[in-house]
Amino acid sequence: MSINWFKYASPVSFYPLAGRLIPWFVVVTVVLLFIGLYLGFFVAPTDYQQGEAYRIMFVHVPAAWMSMFIYLVMAAYAGLGLIFNTRLSSMMATALAPTGAMFTFLALWTGALWGKPMWGAWWVWDARLTSELILLFLYLGFMSLQAAIDDPRRAARASALLALVGAVNVPIIYFSVKWWNTLHQGASISFDKAPSMATTMLVAMLIMAVAFWTYTIAVVLQRVRCEILERERHSDWVIALVQEKQA
Amino acid sequence: MQDFFAMGGYGFYVWGSVGVTAALMILEPVLVRRRRQSLLQRLRRSRDRVRMRSHKKQDTMENTPAKVEHETQT
Repeated sequence: MSINWFKYASPVSFYPLAGRLIPWFVVVTVVLLFIGLYLGFFVAPTDYQQGEAYRIMFVHVPAAWMSMFIYLVMAAYAGLGLIFNTRLSSMMATALAPTGAMFTFLALWTGALWGKPMWGAWWVWDARLTSELILLFLYLGFMSLQAAIDDPRRAARASALLALVGAVNVPIIYFSVKWWNTLHQGASISFDKAPSMATTMLVAMLIMAVAFWTYTIAVVLQRVRCEILERERHSDWVIALVQEKQA
Repeated sequence: MQDFFAMGGYGFYVWGSVGVTAALMILEPVLVRRRRQSLLQRLRRSRDRVRMRSHKKQDTMENTPAKVEHETQT
């Protein structure tokens, strides 16, 4: 049995598929958020070093992960659009950017609120924080570049270049705590040693991370549907769809 | 209950983080939803305009090209 994946690379067939998937992702997100917040705030024990303040971790770490993951996914889609000239990939990149920027802002915001009680400073110009701030500027640059160019194909190409060049920043953020001396604590999860936190903390954080993923998928699919409608508004299938919706 | 909201003296920091995160993660889907609704409305309106214009054309056949051009711009 073979599935024709390219079928879903065309906006016409992707639009209804995305529409069918969204409700499932919404349900999963809500359920996981409830479980994750319950475990994080009612079950997980108090940290012996940081007291209750460590609970910021349950939103900070998933938001920071998403800020980096989304950037890589966005750059990958932008790159695909650049190479194969596929419209849908560029639209996906466009749809991912605002959510990525939001999570980057949240990582910085919750980080500041965590840094103040733990380090005594809202902000320090160290490698981790500075590279994360640059990530926010990359997202904003990507979005404003697209907004500044009228022709969508040229906008997609120019911003794809920006996204690909900016992708260098992501490994810098991720490894910054290893490469440089920093105030920021080390990675919460590493692949080469046993987890350094209580199991319930870890489970709660991972559940929150998955919830942020499914949230992102749901929001981005809905946004890419808007993007498709906008760019394909003169095509027969969109006109037929609008017709049908009103009937 | 009081203890829970106090968060061992870190209430401001913990709830400031969770609160803003929750607010943005509620706001974003609302904004996307609004964008979709206004977009669909706009598409419907422009379709109706196209339809009306084609009816008008068939009725009178007097429209100068300049006038039609002007209509599409508005």
